[in-house]
Amino acid sequence: MRELVVISGKGGTGKTTILASFAALAGRSVLADCDVDAPDLYLLLHPEISYQEEFRGGQLAVINQERCLRCGRCREVCRFEAITPEFCVEPLDCEGCGACRVVCAADAVSLHERLAGDWFRGQTKYGPMVYARLRPAEENSGRLVALVRKEARAQAERDGTELLLTDGPPGIGCPVIATLGNAHLALIVTEPTPSGIHDLERAVGLCRHFRVPAAVCVNKSDLNLDSVDEIRAFCERSQATMTASIPFDESVTKAIQQGVPLVEFSHGPASQAVSAVWHQVMAKLASE
Amino acid sequence: MVVAVASGKGGTGKTTVAVGLAIVAGRVQLLDCDVEEPNAHLFLHPRLAECNPVTILVPEVDTERCTLCGRCSEVCQFHAIAAMGKQVLVFPELCHGCGACAIACPEDAIGEVPREVGVVESGKAGKIGFVHGCLNVGEPMATPVIRAVKARLDSRRLTILDVAPGTACPVVEAVKGSDFCLLVTEPTPFGLSDLRLAVEVMEKMGVLCGVVINRSGEGDEATESFCASENVSLLGRIPFDRRIAEAYAHGQHPVYALPELGRRLEEILDHTLDCAQGGR
Repeated sequence: MRELVVISGKGGTGKTTILASFAALAGRSVLADCDVDAPDLYLLLHPEISYQEEFRGGQLAVINQERCLRCGRCREVCRFEAITPEFCVEPLDCEGCGACRVVCAADAVSLHERLAGDWFRGQTKYGPMVYARLRPAEENSGRLVALVRKEARAQAERDGTELLLTDGPPGIGCPVIATLGNAHLALIVTEPTPSGIHDLERAVGLCRHFRVPAAVCVNKSDLNLDSVDEIRAFCERSQATMTASIPFDESVTKAIQQGVPLVEFSHGPASQAVSAVWHQVMAKLASE
Repeated sequence: MVVAVASGKGGTGKTTVAVGLAIVAGRVQLLDCDVEEPNAHLFLHPRLAECNPVTILVPEVDTERCTLCGRCSEVCQFHAIAAMGKQVLVFPELCHGCGACAIACPEDAIGEVPREVGVVESGKAGKIGFVHGCLNVGEPMATPVIRAVKARLDSRRLTILDVAPGTACPVVEAVKGSDFCLLVTEPTPFGLSDLRLAVEVMEKMGVLCGVVINRSGEGDEATESFCASENVSLLGRIPFDRRIAEAYAHGQHPVYALPELGRRLEEILDHTLDCAQGGR
């Protein structure tokens, strides 16, 4: 089984649009949406949910008010300012580290698992899909991502499916690191803007750090052709493969509004470019 | 007054709006809290006068004193320290810097040493006071860097925060303590789905919020009816215009390319400040 992950650094460059089209072009693969903060792939692939489960991750300290002696030791040691002067724990600030429990002389602090999200398994036209949703303002998105990938890989093993397509989150922090580890190839989607280039450089750095081969695709390429050249030069310097570029095309937004993968909605310039990228990426994935 | 600019979905135009508001407001502070992918400096070109490392404290074990009792690994909730065989291993990138292991060690064998996870830079762009943070590549935890950026908040001025996309801890850390949060969305099913989640985050945090529709045009109705049903103010719209995307692609803030965008941003700023003051 080979896994392709699509990431971007900068948000909104077109990861999900490209991944949904790949799903349609592959015909048969396992799909995973690892953007657990803002999962959108389901809006294009419409999975029929066959299984769902709550995700518990991280801890929350709770102070038993009857036992508490109000000595203040917990407030002294808490580095996250999560304990109020009334000795209550502020859930949004609590890191779940348990330092307060270690110092409590009255044994008044307990740690409780947080209900941090939900994950789903479903069936789409193009194959099984695993995805998840973090509860608003919760932590541990990295662990939820790890769970989604583990389930998706297990699904691929069970079905004997050769290809796993994973949609990643923006950024370079913990959920992205959890998405990237041990993938066979990362496709980084960027755009020819100063932000796109800046964030691409960091995303390529992240791939190098975790030793995942990187391919780079420029979306909305005709917004600034000079920047596309700049990206090409950067890719050559950093041994990343540059794929075909995707031009700006209004049919991309229309496909999202219709809730279908771009390649099934239009045969226009962007759709054709996405197909070209797909063939290049599959060739690269086979060689890695 | 602190106004955060956030969105569930990435790439909806947070940085364009945050920087645009700072430009039209003039004497303000702009804090770029998207420390994973900071971009505001690319459009403001600030003179960065100061650069400071951001560190967290991680354990260092004194092997002479350590008896390998394993108490440190018992209390660590992040699996960042483990007594294995004849030594204690520390996994610094998993460490949250809470200090629980050092407190729990009965032999007083654990000291704490600073470890750099990123930097904070500050300076000025004209009248705008500018601060941003940058997480080191490969580091998983953005929150300590966000905290360090916010530690430079100047409460005497209007402060605008550019926030990372998403709905998880980096967003919570950045928006916490703000008077108002402006949510930038786009009129697509993706934009609306993620806006819904972002509004839930703000409700959970008790932060008043309002919405700006960017690339407004076709498909606005669904966002409008969502705002009406959730009782969230629609603060303004920025119409879809390829000239905005092109100016941005050339590293120019679109407000300089399109004067009418400046007027729209002024209206959005006035609206935002009215709502924020009303909520105080």
